[in-house]
Amino acid sequence: MTGPLLSVRDLRVEFATRKGPLVALDGVSFDIAPGEVLGVVGESGAGKSLTGLAVIGLLDSPGRIAGGEIRFDGERIDNLPQTRMRLIRGGRIGVIFQDPLTSLNPLMRIGDQLTETILAHKPLGRRQAREQAIAWLGEVGIPSPEKRIDGYPHEFSGGMRQRVVIALALCAEPALVIADEPTTALDVSVQAQIISLLKNLTRRHGAAVMLITHDMGVIAETADRVAVMYAGRIAEIGEVRELVRNPLHPYTQGLMAAIPTLAVRARRLMQIPGAMPRLSSIPRGCAFAPRCPRVFERCAERPPLMAIGGRGAACWLYYQASAAAEIRN
Amino acid sequence: MLALLPGVRRRGNPKLKDADAIVEVRGLSRVFDVSSPWISRLVSREPRRTLAAVDGLDFAIDRGETFGLVGESGSGKSTLARMVVGLLEPSRGQVLIDGVDLAGTRDRAARRAVRRRMQMIFQDPFASLNPRWRVGDIIAEPIRVFRPRDGRASGLGERAIAARVDELLELVGLHPADAPKFPHEFSGGQRQRIAIARAIAAHPDFIVCDEPTSALDVSIQAQILNLMRDLQERLGLTYLLITHNLAVVRFMATRVGVMYLGRLVEIGETDALFARPRHPFTRMLLDAVPDLAMSGRPRTPVGGEPPNPIDPPPGCPFHPRCPQAIAICKSERPAFRDNVACHLATADDARPAVE
Repeated sequence: MTGPLLSVRDLRVEFATRKGPLVALDGVSFDIAPGEVLGVVGESGAGKSLTGLAVIGLLDSPGRIAGGEIRFDGERIDNLPQTRMRLIRGGRIGVIFQDPLTSLNPLMRIGDQLTETILAHKPLGRRQAREQAIAWLGEVGIPSPEKRIDGYPHEFSGGMRQRVVIALALCAEPALVIADEPTTALDVSVQAQIISLLKNLTRRHGAAVMLITHDMGVIAETADRVAVMYAGRIAEIGEVRELVRNPLHPYTQGLMAAIPTLAVRARRLMQIPGAMPRLSSIPRGCAFAPRCPRVFERCAERPPLMAIGGRGAACWLYYQASAAAEIRN
Repeated sequence: MLALLPGVRRRGNPKLKDADAIVEVRGLSRVFDVSSPWISRLVSREPRRTLAAVDGLDFAIDRGETFGLVGESGSGKSTLARMVVGLLEPSRGQVLIDGVDLAGTRDRAARRAVRRRMQMIFQDPFASLNPRWRVGDIIAEPIRVFRPRDGRASGLGERAIAARVDELLELVGLHPADAPKFPHEFSGGQRQRIAIARAIAAHPDFIVCDEPTSALDVSIQAQILNLMRDLQERLGLTYLLITHNLAVVRFMATRVGVMYLGRLVEIGETDALFARPRHPFTRMLLDAVPDLAMSGRPRTPVGGEPPNPIDPPPGCPFHPRCPQAIAICKSERPAFRDNVACHLATADDARPAVE
């Protein structure tokens, strides 16, 4: 297979309200290659979790996919019936949520949760499934897994629980893992362990990852490429190193400068004035224009994602550079 | 109202080591009873169980500084904050605000005067503002509470209060027209501005900030941190800043205390502590922070998780996770000496490096 593993085109998600539909995601397009880690970063309400939920078909009513398409391994998955989607979810697409306490069933032994998942997606007998479950617990770093497999979730610490969730997401050997804020509920010291575990395991098993987080530091350490979201749209997308060192979109620039660092004690943090607009009042044209320090007339019109040096930035500042590059090609 | 203050100061302990300290914490401890109900204890013959959330802390905060307190969840940071402002009574030890022990003093006037001088900013601006109150009333509450009994005579009538509320709203970057609105009409960042306006309304000297930006997005966090530093400069405030975010401490604090399992393991000037951490736990915390600059600096992988405070390990509580632990660490608890609690720390580390 040479094409992308996951391909999202012009995704539009709407929420039906009494005052008419609210557009929560608007024209979101990105690809994830097999084995690639794509970071999705943005502030709360930017639509990053919603993008993940749309991909795995878990949008709750009144939210619905109102346009665009999602292809997984060449097959359209945005319009599959729930029964078909359930086979893909947990099987070829694994999911890790933020809070390990809510993603594990508190009344089931973790071994039973793991074997149930393995049995649902792999042609194995119960005993083999249990052996695999023990192997997975060992692989995610749970000491003496053959004993802990019969424990209940409350008998595990927060970090250990998130390890179990990772085992649960990977045990059916998915091609893609969607990790939504996998370390946000954990202490920094444990966060570092979980991030490196996730990175190493997915690499070893060749799984691609869509890593959704608000923490640019986690993205910088883990992802190959990153998509920066703002008000339900992608503001900028590109290779992580490039994007962190030289952000193009004024929003990304502001975001990077607003993060305090350990290296030096800054006199003042750069701040972006105002706040992200609510879904009900996203401005026409560029959604960032009212807060943008470099706004000009053209911004009244909605900017498409302009290709510039292997990156995409939805900003009119790069219109000419991007058009010139197009002519040269 | 201001005439009360010199009186408070005179009541202070004249033998204070540091004349400039606004807050002094001495041997402060808080123990929680986490036993099962007595009937189940009776049946299963369990003893009482206690948890020392804060265990014998000593430190002082100087006037005008920002003292940052960092640690993992369960290290006792928030318990300490609650004791400092008097929301929780200490089991042992004292908190002296300008020499007055809030929990120990019987003098109501002195207690009231001390209470006016400190305030608190909480983590969640969605929970810390009463949704049924108008913003103007929220901000005016401390002014009303701490207004001298003869309010009218000293010019603090309703009109003066409304003017002060307008002034405060502008000071924190909001608009006087926001006063009649309700909290739900504001975003998280704006609500935290309202909480800050309320905190500074009665002219406090000292503010305890418990994770003030943890619930906010980074671009909003930058606004709030800048605002807090501006206000500190303009109003001469002293902050006790509690957070798990080391980068926030780096930006805000002049001095930092690192907590582990209810105890301080290291205190230092911010620059020195970040450049040359002396306790292995401090080093581990710094190494665990994701590297945004992608400098590829060498980092020691972190092991283990915070232990259960009900059943702390013997000796140095950090020894099961410490990469440098030696025999003595397993049996003997290191004393807090020379600003660090570690058997391996030597006085040499404390001296500035000679170039």
